[in-house]
Amino acid sequence: MSNVTNILLFMVSCVLTHNFIFSRFLGCCPFLGVSKKVNTAASMGLAVTLVMTMASLITWCIYHFILIPLDVMYLQTCTFILVIAALVQVIEMFLKKTSPGLYKALGIYLPLITTNCAVLGVAVLNITEELNLGYAILNGLFGGLGFMLAIVLMAGVRERLETSKIPEPLKGFPLSLISASLMAVAFMGFGGLA
Amino acid sequence: MAKKKSLGAIVKNGLLSENPTFRLVLGTCPTLAVTTSALNGIGMGLAATFVLIFSNLIVSLLRKFIPDNVRIPSFIVIISTFVTIVELVMKAFFPALNSALGVFIPLIVVNCIILARAEAFASKNGPLASAADGLGMGLGFTCAITLIGSVRELIGNGSIFGFQIMPAGYESMLLILMPAGGFLIFGLALGIFNAITMKKEGKEGANA
Repeated sequence: MSNVTNILLFMVSCVLTHNFIFSRFLGCCPFLGVSKKVNTAASMGLAVTLVMTMASLITWCIYHFILIPLDVMYLQTCTFILVIAALVQVIEMFLKKTSPGLYKALGIYLPLITTNCAVLGVAVLNITEELNLGYAILNGLFGGLGFMLAIVLMAGVRERLETSKIPEPLKGFPLSLISASLMAVAFMGFGGLA
Repeated sequence: MAKKKSLGAIVKNGLLSENPTFRLVLGTCPTLAVTTSALNGIGMGLAATFVLIFSNLIVSLLRKFIPDNVRIPSFIVIISTFVTIVELVMKAFFPALNSALGVFIPLIVVNCIILARAEAFASKNGPLASAADGLGMGLGFTCAITLIGSVRELIGNGSIFGFQIMPAGYESMLLILMPAGGFLIFGLALGIFNAITMKKEGKEGANA
């Protein structure tokens, strides 16, 4: 029973209290870059969630079944990033074939998922926090959902900002960052949950 | 002589007119995450500068041998090699800094600045110019995050580089050291930087 509670708590903390963007600062580039429209933000979030979950699974297995037995743990960074790059390439080809609209909408940010720190970050954190495989996958999945939540909320805020009058120097990134700061304060409110 | 000047211009370009943090707004994750103190900022900045210089250099040397289709994976392998070097050196000689920066050391691999410079500059220019570009961009990044780190440390802790600046009665604002404060200070800094550039450009426009 307590096991189930633990898992539930872990999921909630991944999405809210340890949100990848608002408390760990992972994945800020796409968070700022692709959050202009709710639609694109949602599809970006979905793509990142997918990649993060699969990357968690694959990198965990590689680390525990290949790197540790061979005693080459220092190759962690190199292997992880290559695996992620390959994964993104596969997803890119898949999207290009199945939904060209989405492929176009994601544009340059799709190959850039490779360099999304949230993806490599979740892979590295799974190892440093010594999670087991189940938790690692949950970490990827719910971390990704947390990312999606943040980026969609942000896109909603920015769509409203488009039409309002703001001082010239604050247009674009500065005001987005300041709104993100207010959202981070709101997310801190979840701190008591888990 | 002309060449020397252009190298200097490349460095200056990275420092000011194309400052990766303030102008291009790349590499925001480390900018926000490690800037809780000035020391962390400078440590992160120098580590990234090292990686930038050498990855730019190697990418530029190999640019004629790397086939176009596989250039991104090749760049990433080159970059991650240098990041691994930084990681091992940090662990061996600066354990305190290493634990403060934590997961963000391996994450230098995915710092957009580095891949962006490899793609946009080093794969099209000679090795010397590329190394200069790496130096300029790296220093621009270092200055920016040290600045943000100093401001956050000053407001959040009353000190800069660990030296107490504020008088003893100063109530430190912990919020600034939290994620929310990171976004806030970075946003304001960006706004101020924009305002200054706009004023300058406005003046130049009036003169012309």
